[in-house]
Amino acid sequence: MPHGLATAFAIARKDLRTELRTKESINASASFALVILVLFSFAFNLERDEFYAISGGLLWLVYSFAGALIVNRSFSRELPNDCLDVLVASPAPGWAIFLGKAMAAFVLLTIVEAISLPIFGLFYNIHWMDSAGPLVIIILLATWGITIVGAAFSAVIVNVRLRELMLPVLLYPILIPLLIAAMGSTTALLSGEPLTGDNFSYVRQLIGFDAMYTALALYMIEFILVM
Amino acid sequence: MREKAIWILGLLGALTMIYNLHTVFLNLPDEAMQGAVYRIIFVHVPAAMNADLFYTIALISSILFLVKKNFIYDSIAVSCVEVATMLILVNLVTGSIWGKSQWGIWWAWDLRMTTQLMCFLLYLGYLVVRPAITEATQRATMSAFIAIFAYADIPLVLMAIRLPNVRTQHPGPVLETGQMAPMFLPPFGIGILALFLIASALVLVRLHQETSQREIDSLRRELHAI
Amino acid sequence: MLAVEADRIWKYFGDYPALRGASLEVEKGSCLALLGRNGAGKTTMLRILANLSRPTKGEIKTHVGKGGIGYLGHGIGVYDDLSAMENLLLFGELMGVTDPKQAAVEALERVGLTRVKDGLAREFSRGMRQRLAVARAFLHRPEILLLDEPFTSLDDRAIAVLQSLLKDALNSGATIVMSTHQIREAMELATHVALLERGKIAHTGPQTPEMLLDPGWLYRTYGEAG
Repeated sequence: MPHGLATAFAIARKDLRTELRTKESINASASFALVILVLFSFAFNLERDEFYAISGGLLWLVYSFAGALIVNRSFSRELPNDCLDVLVASPAPGWAIFLGKAMAAFVLLTIVEAISLPIFGLFYNIHWMDSAGPLVIIILLATWGITIVGAAFSAVIVNVRLRELMLPVLLYPILIPLLIAAMGSTTALLSGEPLTGDNFSYVRQLIGFDAMYTALALYMIEFILVM
Repeated sequence: MREKAIWILGLLGALTMIYNLHTVFLNLPDEAMQGAVYRIIFVHVPAAMNADLFYTIALISSILFLVKKNFIYDSIAVSCVEVATMLILVNLVTGSIWGKSQWGIWWAWDLRMTTQLMCFLLYLGYLVVRPAITEATQRATMSAFIAIFAYADIPLVLMAIRLPNVRTQHPGPVLETGQMAPMFLPPFGIGILALFLIASALVLVRLHQETSQREIDSLRRELHAI
Repeated sequence: MLAVEADRIWKYFGDYPALRGASLEVEKGSCLALLGRNGAGKTTMLRILANLSRPTKGEIKTHVGKGGIGYLGHGIGVYDDLSAMENLLLFGELMGVTDPKQAAVEALERVGLTRVKDGLAREFSRGMRQRLAVARAFLHRPEILLLDEPFTSLDDRAIAVLQSLLKDALNSGATIVMSTHQIREAMELATHVALLERGKIAHTGPQTPEMLLDPGWLYRTYGEAG
């Protein structure tokens, strides 16, 4: 395995190991997701069937809010003890450090999403199991977009004041094209439609977003890590 | 010298604008379906077009900063982003007014207005984060990064709002119908030019402000160094 | 032969010139004590040498790659939620060590942490954390060691361990650049000294008996008054 990629995996493993030991951001993120799910149930007064029309939107609002909490920690976890300095000073290429963190954030967010999905199905009586296969693909594609852009901004603002407030302001507008596709496709799937025909354009959109921002972030992260 | 250029540009822009508005209000007939309010198109669309132009200049300038590390590019970028964002606001407000008169509602999620709103939000992040970074090199580098990420989103936004079942797809309002009668083209073109001149003058003012600030900073540096 | 050379380094943080044309030539196999008051620029210089910061002007010349540099800054640079062993395995892998497990075991042995190798770093006492940090910095047997006030806040055992490791490193031909306040510990090991005064190198040269006997001599002779 090329050295850079091996390094990325080492860093991803490290992030996951430390996170799974303390469970700080998973707990916060999952709790937040749960609270929002409950809150939204009071926001709308719809008939059972009508919920399907907003199901995709609802789910991805929950996932993106939970995601912001997860990615915020990506680089800020390196601040105590100046560990980021050691990483940057090492031969590890900047893109590998970044990729490793994005991968770890991806795994952590999918864990939170996996926890939230059954609860979502329960509260809103949404039968998601029927379209589980395509749904998982959509979730994975969209989650990658959230974590790659989120981790990039996490690196940019790691030393900025009011980091937790700045991240949403930067992150959400960029994610809008991704979330539109995620919401639309999820609603379609949960309403029983397949991902073919018109609906396939959602998948194309997600892949396009992921490809563009993965390339852009990997290329540009060097400018941010050493200034 | 630069001050004079700014004054001339501004004056030229203002005069062109006034001339154009005169033409638009007095010399052109009312439009068949929309009545008098269609005239807003001569500001509404040029604002969007100029905003796009200045966002593009900001993008190029941001890339140049990352490559050449010269702070002039950072100053150009922030000046262009600020003026462009202001132009988007003009576009959104005029669009809202037009929409109200046409459909009775202040905001309908039509394709073009939604795109402009997205642009506004994207660069809002840029403008909000900048003041929070006190160190000049960091601020310029991060801003350039954000500007590039924001610009890259625009084609994705354009594609996203055309996806099936997205709100903007609902049969409904599109403010501009695309074709324009020949007699409207000259004032339209002049409208674009007028706003371009005014916006350029504003960018130069802001640029002047940025370079003055940097000069003060470097003088302060020399003072520290003594 | 020079291990590393800093050629007229300038570094600005916003208005503030932390380094003003500072130049250093570090002979291979030497131990350079980088002295200076608080705010003189020692940390800034070390960070630039460690590739953590880009100089505003000037350049660093060295034949040693990033894998040959060991850096010990103010922060200990180890993860609280990993064990001592896990920390060293990770850093061994990052630094490109051929057998990370072996290197980690040896390093832990060297600093006296073998008994607690599976304990989480957050559970260690302060002295133990310092020793772990030292283990990390020496893990990959670096050719150049960059240490920022390494003796500050070490307990006696950690000081002894660090001095022993530094002596071994020098005997193996490594080069050390060490910024310090604790002049006595530094002077025992140093072959050369450099005095940084407000971003400039006020003096650089071999260590002399006067410096060893009377630590303040250097400041009085070459430093600025007051």
